[in-house]
Amino acid sequence: MFLQQLINGLTLGSVYALVALGYTMVYGILGLINFAHGEIYMIGAYLGIVYLALFTALGLTESHLFLSLFLVFVFSALTCAGYGVTLERVAYRPLRSAHRLSPLISAIGMSIFLQNYVMLAQGSADKVFPHILSPEPIESGGFPMSKIQAFIISASFLLMTALHFFIRKTRLGKAMRATSQDRVMATLCGIPIDRIIAITFIIGSVLAAAAGVMVSIYYGVVNFYIGYVAGIKAFTAAVLGGIGNIPGAMLGGLVLGMVESLGSAYISTEFKDGFAFLILILVLIFRPTGLLGEKGGDRV
Amino acid sequence: MRKERAGFVKNQRQWVFYFPLWLGLLAWPLMGWKNAGQLALTMMGAAFFSHFIIRFWPHVKLQSVFKTVPFYSDRWRKSMAGLRIKIGFYVVSGFLILILPFFLNNYFLDILNLAVLYALLAVGLNITVGYTGLLDLGYAAFYGVGAYTYALLSTSIGLSFWLGIPLGALSAAFFGLILGIITLRLRGDYLAIITLGFVQIIYLCLNNWDSVTQGPNGIMQIGRPMLGSFVFRTPFHFYYLALFFLILTIIAVHRLLHSQIGRAWIAIREDEVAAEAMGIDTTRVKILAFVLGAGVAGVAGVFFAARYTFISPVSLTFLESVRILSMVVLGGMGSLPGAVLGAFLLTTLPEMLRGLANYRMLIFGMALVIMMVFRPQGLLGKKS
Repeated sequence: MFLQQLINGLTLGSVYALVALGYTMVYGILGLINFAHGEIYMIGAYLGIVYLALFTALGLTESHLFLSLFLVFVFSALTCAGYGVTLERVAYRPLRSAHRLSPLISAIGMSIFLQNYVMLAQGSADKVFPHILSPEPIESGGFPMSKIQAFIISASFLLMTALHFFIRKTRLGKAMRATSQDRVMATLCGIPIDRIIAITFIIGSVLAAAAGVMVSIYYGVVNFYIGYVAGIKAFTAAVLGGIGNIPGAMLGGLVLGMVESLGSAYISTEFKDGFAFLILILVLIFRPTGLLGEKGGDRV
Repeated sequence: MRKERAGFVKNQRQWVFYFPLWLGLLAWPLMGWKNAGQLALTMMGAAFFSHFIIRFWPHVKLQSVFKTVPFYSDRWRKSMAGLRIKIGFYVVSGFLILILPFFLNNYFLDILNLAVLYALLAVGLNITVGYTGLLDLGYAAFYGVGAYTYALLSTSIGLSFWLGIPLGALSAAFFGLILGIITLRLRGDYLAIITLGFVQIIYLCLNNWDSVTQGPNGIMQIGRPMLGSFVFRTPFHFYYLALFFLILTIIAVHRLLHSQIGRAWIAIREDEVAAEAMGIDTTRVKILAFVLGAGVAGVAGVFFAARYTFISPVSLTFLESVRILSMVVLGGMGSLPGAVLGAFLLTTLPEMLRGLANYRMLIFGMALVIMMVFRPQGLLGKKS
């Protein structure tokens, strides 16, 4: 039972971590809470269903299941990247030098817009993801982990490791770190910050899309309002780990997933969604910099 | 700013073509190619049309359109002749507001009631968001606390409405105090998130604590306000009651704003560090803003509960907070007439758009973004 809940928590946590990365990267560079990020994740979940239906209609799913799944991930990620870039261009870039409440309200507006857009385009009823991966446990000595869970956990870790190396080792990653440290100075060094910010949104959206597709495989049901709660929880994860801090977001996501899973198993199912907020408030009171965040003073 | 690099899209006219195409492409997987194509073509048409209007009508700017609105022009604000017109304007509009209910049927009166109620909420939220610059995304929570306080006390011990008002305001203010103490060390956007979490927690409690709040079923048969033997029953009665509270609140807030506290709020909004350097106890003043804002919401909540004699958690969600916030933003943050105007527009316009019921929230979200991009200071706000 305990191990089962732990694994459920790990699965949920790695999904949160993937979404949290998008929040934390955007916050690190723009100092903006990208409220609409949860909706990108929701769109990713819908796209997973749409593209899987497409490949099933083409007959690819029957002959090559894993190729088809892979393509579903790639296509959803590409489309979501498009959404992310457009979002930045339309709602955030014109407001980059505005008062700091303006982009936040614009983000809320975008979030409401995207939610209703998906509702109108896809209907307000639940969408069902067809069962293509069996939910049975892997047969290895009673270890309570299903194939889907193993897939989600390993795929997220793969993505997170790739991101870590991208940020640490490549030229683009270096440019991103420089932009997040000091935007003006980065411009002076010849870093095209507009492009770097666009790339940040692309990466965040790709990760969110991956998380969305995974969730629609895992739960099998998608709705247009899943983005809001998931977004808030992922943001909590980002704050928990220390916002702007990439390993922190990963850690925060995992911790949050575990707490939620164990909490709903042992304390109360009804207040499941409340744990995230409670953690958020506690973290912000006692350690506002998060678990891995560094202390930084207010900029004057 | 440096010029945009010459790339795939070379000039504005090409943007008009490519951007709708791009949006159509994005919408394709979710809407199907037919709808997405229609969308792209419509947008292209609209963009071309507005492009031509802008080209052949180059001297009209949005700014000059707004200048024709009396409140907006500085000259009107300052001149003494303006003052006389202004007083006349207030007297006439006040008279109109008072006799308005005699010409409306119950349906429109109900909407008007709601508009006054939201105006009350918007004025309250304006204290926190508009003047002090603390983004509160959980304002509906205070509203809910006020409403539930009265609802519970009225159904259990038969508390009268007139006692419910101060009690509701006090309990909401108490929650505001707690929230204020929690968030006083945090910067703007963290604060926004905390308030968001707060409204969610309040919602979860009201929704799940069945033994007290009766969960999602809500509380019914809440007592109506009474004055002697006169019972407030119809929208007609409630209109004047709501108006009374609104005017009282507006006067109070107006007086506060021109006091030391009001100036301290504005100083904090403009520059918190500088305000602290000037000797303002920022923590205390910020908490005060929270508490007063919450108190106003509590009054509105009690009124809401007494008006509909029914309350359920559904009316206290995050979306409700966003709706109140967008009234403040639309009218202009930090503007009293702005908050009232925003509340009236955002309550009456959606009613007129009833035919577009499904598209209402879509338009609402888009309007928030457009507002922020093109006129972040709101309709009646001053440019900072």
